[in-house]
Amino acid sequence: MKLKLPNPGLEDRIPSHEDLERMETEEAGDRPQWDNKAQYLLTCVGFCVGLGNVWRFPYLCQSHGGGAFMIPFLILLVLEGIPLLHLEFAIGQRLRKGSVGVWRSINPYLTGVGIASMLVSCFVGLYYNTIMAWIMWYLFNSFQNPLPWSQCPLNANKTGYVEECSRSSTVDYFWYRETLNTSTAIDDAGGLQWWVVLSLVAAWTLLYVCCIRGIETTGKAVYVTSTLPYLVLTIFLIRGLTLKGSIDGIKFLFTPDVNELINPSTWLDAGAQVFYSFSLAFGGLISFSSYNSVHNNCEQDAVLISIINGCTSVYSATVIYSIIGFRATEKYDDCMGGNILKLMNAFNYPENNITQSNYDQVLTHLNHTNPDIIQGLHLQTCDLQTFLSQGVEGTGLAFIVFTEAIIKMPVSPLWSVLFFVMLFCLGLSTMFGNIEGLISPLMDLKVLPRSWPKEVISGMTCAISLAFGLIFALRSGNYWLALFDNFAGSIPLLVIGFFEMIAVVYIYGIDRFNKDLEFMIGHKPNIFWQATWRVISPVIMIFILIFYFVTQITKKFTYLVWDEEAESFPTLAERSYPSWIYVIIFILAGVPSLAIPFFALYKLIQRKCCKKKDYVDNTVDTISAKIQMNDKIKF
Amino acid sequence: MLERIFIFLFLPSVLAAQLCKPDAPEGFKVRLSIKTALQDEAYEWDGNERFLFQATLAFAMSRHTRQEFNVSNILVCDETPRVSFWFVVTSPDDPSQLINRGKVEAAVRMSRNRINSAFLLSDETLEFVGILPTLAAPVEPASPPWLIVFGVVMGLVGAGIVFLLVSTVLQKRRKKNQEGDEGDDDEEARVKTAENGCRSDGIYNTSFSEDEPNTQM
Repeated sequence: MKLKLPNPGLEDRIPSHEDLERMETEEAGDRPQWDNKAQYLLTCVGFCVGLGNVWRFPYLCQSHGGGAFMIPFLILLVLEGIPLLHLEFAIGQRLRKGSVGVWRSINPYLTGVGIASMLVSCFVGLYYNTIMAWIMWYLFNSFQNPLPWSQCPLNANKTGYVEECSRSSTVDYFWYRETLNTSTAIDDAGGLQWWVVLSLVAAWTLLYVCCIRGIETTGKAVYVTSTLPYLVLTIFLIRGLTLKGSIDGIKFLFTPDVNELINPSTWLDAGAQVFYSFSLAFGGLISFSSYNSVHNNCEQDAVLISIINGCTSVYSATVIYSIIGFRATEKYDDCMGGNILKLMNAFNYPENNITQSNYDQVLTHLNHTNPDIIQGLHLQTCDLQTFLSQGVEGTGLAFIVFTEAIIKMPVSPLWSVLFFVMLFCLGLSTMFGNIEGLISPLMDLKVLPRSWPKEVISGMTCAISLAFGLIFALRSGNYWLALFDNFAGSIPLLVIGFFEMIAVVYIYGIDRFNKDLEFMIGHKPNIFWQATWRVISPVIMIFILIFYFVTQITKKFTYLVWDEEAESFPTLAERSYPSWIYVIIFILAGVPSLAIPFFALYKLIQRKCCKKKDYVDNTVDTISAKIQMNDKIKF
Repeated sequence: MLERIFIFLFLPSVLAAQLCKPDAPEGFKVRLSIKTALQDEAYEWDGNERFLFQATLAFAMSRHTRQEFNVSNILVCDETPRVSFWFVVTSPDDPSQLINRGKVEAAVRMSRNRINSAFLLSDETLEFVGILPTLAAPVEPASPPWLIVFGVVMGLVGAGIVFLLVSTVLQKRRKKNQEGDEGDDDEEARVKTAENGCRSDGIYNTSFSEDEPNTQM
């Protein structure tokens, strides 16, 4: 397919191969550089490997047929993830700019793509760091024994536990009441929760200290934040495998159900997971690879990072489910123990007469002889499978299910600290990429005065983001976060990803791109890359985008609330969104997506009305034009 | 005469049988879960254990009411293999009178700890049905520990920020002093110096910009 859209003036906007060679040898000091390859790889791995690997992938795996989910996941990883990743790395390394600069160089009409990336990085960064703040709050609270979420507080007259806590559970109460102090609806804003504000401040200042000088400081921080999670996962795996019931959890996770492969939503979820898990279309990866040397082998990097990301997902799923298996077994044992105790007390059997193995026999026997007494006991049904499949995705996994498992382990504070440190490192390294995807375009767009040092720019970004992030410290903050998560970090990214592919393959030109890659890494990309870049990946992206859009539109427009008065308490109740939410959703999802055509139009109008000043565009190609004249030169 | 002797002999046990029975008005049901609590070190419930129970309860009653209670004042009946039984407390002055349920409850509450320890059990495994254990107040430390950790973390972060900012400022000052020392050499060095001086702002590469260049056509 030799389709290429006309793109005049491309040569003038991008550095030629000779320029690149010269920049390489002359050591132009304006652009920051990686100290070594390891820093670059660790930063990219850190950006890609995030909280989604720990709390989204295991849930998808288990709910879409366990081991069978690996098939669509791996197929889409190879056909969609790796090509897109390679594309972003290569284009950043070639054009040596942040996301706005790259797309503007390719064609000024495409500036919107970069701006959309920046907006998405901004929105996602806002809510992502709030999750960091919650993680820090739990981390701060882990330095005590017993852990605060292991006990219910007493009520006012000290006769029993607080009703909300006894009706649900200690971990639920700590999360919904003592951490979030959640209200019952998104329009019921409540006030700012001072402890959440403090945690937000801690999260943003910690992020600031790591990003203060751009990759100079983040490059050092990633040595810890990208490697520590793997260490902690291994510790948890060893601990988990020694706990009772962990093997049941792992079996539950990986038991294949081949029928799920026919279900289109399995493929859709796999594709979306691959796309979001690689942190594509944020612009951060483009920026990171623009700091590389020109002849860095980006093809190898892309494949390596994809493999690491995939393996990390599977590894963390194993660890998570071993712990979930333990928790489910504990709950099952508690449930059965309760039933057995009731039977023993009612019929005065000696202890250890009824065990889990003969429970069913004894129950049926007693049901025949004394059915009325059995009725009056209100025995609970205990099913291990139900416990294994309980609400295990997103914040619910980390802050409710996993914390519950932790309090059942001996030496709980240690495991709690380790777990939240791991989550924090995972999230922090992703935030580095987010901030990079936000600050680089700002500098490319030249909206900020050149004289401001990097420290001030990062400081201002963090401060303004903190101010906007205070919305998540309200009582309804959790609902706002779910809204942001659903709409800001989903459709716009797919749209941007699709336009990125089209831009590079058809506007920049796949021929030119191939030649660039040959120049950079020494050989032309093979047929696999050609096929995926030109046809397969864009088609997959369009499919995912359309299906995603359709499912979002047809889904009921509701959200889940924690409402003590609701009938379904302690299960979350469904409530429909108020009508003004549509405006917010339009801002979150519509504005970045529409930024692409909007800026194209804007540039068109700019060109048309400034046609008379066309001569301005002809720059003089002399030395005097290239050297900036300023007062410092004394002749 | 003989009938009277018989009546006197059997009266206590008959009375006892009448006073202590399941669902007795002033009685309590007790349930022990010895195997659950002690697993391998569990002891068998026999006459000696029952005697110990009577003794500890007599101790509890004496302690609470300041009357002297004897082992014979605690009547135990309806033992089951579960290890559960009913007991009632009779007054030391009149063996046919039962002590009020409320008083017994108060006495048990007061000495619950001692009764539990006598049997190596706890509030859950030695159950007095109807007497709820006083809830242990959740452990609440004087100052919330999370604030302490927060303070430590913020202190470190603040120190880090200050250190990095100060080092940047010092670096800039050092560079400025260096430039001031470098004399006016040939033009190229001057040009390079100027470009080096702009390093922190970035070299403004005019061929890529869309703004008006220095030299206009």
